[in-house]
Amino acid sequence: MSMSDIKITITDREGVAHEVDAPTDMNMNLMEVVRSYELAPEGTIGICGGMAMCASCQCYVQSDHQLPEKSDDEDAMLSEAFFVKDNSRLGCQIHITEDLDGLKVELAPAED
Amino acid sequence: MIKTDILIIGAGPTGLFAVFEAGLLQLKCHLIDALPQPGGQCAEIYPKKPIYDIPGYPEVLAGELVDNLMEQIKPFQPGFTLGERAETIEKQEDGSFVVTTNKGTRHQAPVVAIAGGLGSFEPRKPLLDNLSKFEDNGVAYMIKEPEMYRNKKVLIAGGGDSALDWSIFLAEVADEVTLVHRRNEFRGALDSVEKVQQLKNQGKINLITPGEVVALHGRDQLEKVTVKNTDTSEETDVQVDNFIPLFGLSPKLGPIANWGLEIEKNAIKVDNTLDYQTNIPGIYAIGDVNTYPGKLKLILCGFHEATLMCQSAYQRIHPDKKYVMKYTTVGGVTGFDGSKKEAPKAVVKAID
Repeated sequence: MSMSDIKITITDREGVAHEVDAPTDMNMNLMEVVRSYELAPEGTIGICGGMAMCASCQCYVQSDHQLPEKSDDEDAMLSEAFFVKDNSRLGCQIHITEDLDGLKVELAPAED
Repeated sequence: MIKTDILIIGAGPTGLFAVFEAGLLQLKCHLIDALPQPGGQCAEIYPKKPIYDIPGYPEVLAGELVDNLMEQIKPFQPGFTLGERAETIEKQEDGSFVVTTNKGTRHQAPVVAIAGGLGSFEPRKPLLDNLSKFEDNGVAYMIKEPEMYRNKKVLIAGGGDSALDWSIFLAEVADEVTLVHRRNEFRGALDSVEKVQQLKNQGKINLITPGEVVALHGRDQLEKVTVKNTDTSEETDVQVDNFIPLFGLSPKLGPIANWGLEIEKNAIKVDNTLDYQTNIPGIYAIGDVNTYPGKLKLILCGFHEATLMCQSAYQRIHPDKKYVMKYTTVGGVTGFDGSKKEAPKAVVKAID
């Protein structure tokens, strides 16, 4: 684990929790971390590439980390997504920073 | 039957550029796309987003890129079957393929190039128990024939442009229009939002926000829906003839997944050492729809794949012809429409 990594716990769609190291110095977002560890099959997450234009990276934030506010785009997308809960966020809009060390999230079900 | 040299499935940037490369080899192309306009994701999802990694373009809007590609391939007169999804493929005795769409349009070609991107864009359907029972019996996901709704009670769900625009349009046609959205805020062109506000004030649109359709009722035909206020959880029944959820589109690999092609990670496996051919000779897969070791889903990679695919398709269609690749700076571009573009000839003239 490099100095600039943080720990994130991601529960996949089968309910299995994975504690992974996420780099803070690679301009990555949470959706990309999930993809880099292949915690959801390719083609079922990050479909729009990270533009907040689909909800395939929706996740539920389970820890009480202070996350950046939702942008209008993210808010609008979540208003049309399925399986949305109060703690829903789009993973692609969550930038990996040191403040997120210890973050716990669960992937929302795929839409199909 | 539509006949062509290369049948391209998917009219996104990769499929469009394939027409150009094929045209240089005097091969004709026809494209099938489920969307009503060419451009794929670039046109449908992010036409206004700038792209920064198209070689030679420091910045280009996705929609502009599509317009440019359409201009570039115009001399090669591609055919289009738009708004139809490629459904089945049958290999013929002569080695060619017949591809039939969901609307029954048949296409025949010796080479099929799948440039299907993420798949065909299908309407996102709300998660309601008896939804499929009412499909075509009051529930529709797109409005094809607005006159169908004359004097009907219509409920539209959604918060984007299409929900707003159709509510406005149908307010003049239908007997009653109800618009339901999960938020109080709508995401659409400002004048559409203002127009809906105006129609609401005039009593021409019933607006239910924040709300969500949670149940459908009716014997065979849809008769009413239950709308839940998402703030108070209070439920109200609304008498309707039609329910039109407009929640946007999501891509599905769809029927192509059943064509006997080798699929890995929701993508089609191809031979990247040579020509992006699939496990079925004569069927190629190019652009975002394919996968191979080190694959990157980038438009620029799709262009390269399309180019090599065309060279291989040429060999396949004309096994006995000798051919070497020619630069456009040397050979120019001769269109099927008789147009010719070429570098101006240098003048040979003595200077006294």
